[in-house]
Amino acid sequence: MADQQHRYRAENPASIAVHPFDELTLLYHRRSGITHMVIAPAPQILAVMGSEELAVADILHRLSQDFDLGTEGQESLLAVISARLEELALLGLVERL
Amino acid sequence: MKHSFTVRIGPAAFRIGSAWPAPISLLRTLYADYPQPEDGIADFSVRLEPAKPWRRWLRPSVAIAGDYMLPDAAPLPLAQGLLAAEMGMNLQMALGWRRHVLLHASCVEKNGRALVMTGASGSGKSTLAAMLGERGWRLMGDEFALLDLASGQMFAFPRLISLKNGAISAMRAEADEARFGPLLAATPKGDIRHLIPRSNAVEQMGEGASPAMLLFPRFGFEPATRPVARSECFMRLTQASTNYVALGEAGFAALTRFIDTVPAHAIDYASGAEALDLVDALWSAAA
Repeated sequence: MADQQHRYRAENPASIAVHPFDELTLLYHRRSGITHMVIAPAPQILAVMGSEELAVADILHRLSQDFDLGTEGQESLLAVISARLEELALLGLVERL
Repeated sequence: MKHSFTVRIGPAAFRIGSAWPAPISLLRTLYADYPQPEDGIADFSVRLEPAKPWRRWLRPSVAIAGDYMLPDAAPLPLAQGLLAAEMGMNLQMALGWRRHVLLHASCVEKNGRALVMTGASGSGKSTLAAMLGERGWRLMGDEFALLDLASGQMFAFPRLISLKNGAISAMRAEADEARFGPLLAATPKGDIRHLIPRSNAVEQMGEGASPAMLLFPRFGFEPATRPVARSECFMRLTQASTNYVALGEAGFAALTRFIDTVPAHAIDYASGAEALDLVDALWSAAA
């Protein structure tokens, strides 16, 4: 389950080819040979993670520097990011540490 | 095998062996103007064999075998041996071809620009390509379109056109009777007749074309067109490709480039004439 205390590390950016198509983004994962189709904010999360180990709050902080996250409360934003991170972990695109 | 035949269709060369003479003799007639493998070596072999040894003579029944096989493919009666050969060749391409992104689509070319049409069985993509092939376009293929991994060009696979059911009478009004194969009645796919493509399709089979438009035809609806988003194109084309996954990143790069390049439209139509009008209008607007 999504837990905001976990730290995450994204797959090495060099091993993912990113191709935006309209509202969807294609992620070609070189190690698995699988093409994933994702929507915002998943590609944005991956982009700000780089290859560092990060807590959910760190990721939210980085996203808020790049995007206007509106008036949504901090807690609900953290919950959304946690949920997307868990989905990306299931795809093998991030690792929960 | 006792009887055999080799042929090159676009970039792919086949060797078809048969336990019976009849399917080979038909293939020789219908593919008479096609070239032989360039180096004499076939990429794929297809074997038409008796389903059981005694089935060579007794109610002859043709099982399709080859480099790539489907374990549960039902054998066909000998009278449908030509269909068995065609299914065997399609199967080798679908499961074995790795030099291009193979799209289950028809393709026609005009002035060096390719129109690619894809859709489910019964969408009319094959008939539409056959009709355009009689109207100033070069038929590049009614079943498979080949997208080159390096250049992004479309390449042809102009096998015999496989006409089914209503498409048979529609095309008899268009093409000379001498270009038709025999009627294969009541096959698992319905009634089938093969049509030899016009000579330009065979003579120019090695010439590529730049992809210029992608259509998703749908037969049986009031005439309408709508643009198709690139994300939807990607989903539908990966479903329509048998080797996208096997090609890895080269396939990803070629397919995304193709979709970024070509405008895509869904077209609904209830008659061949309507479909031709819609294609004309979209093609002229894009030119």
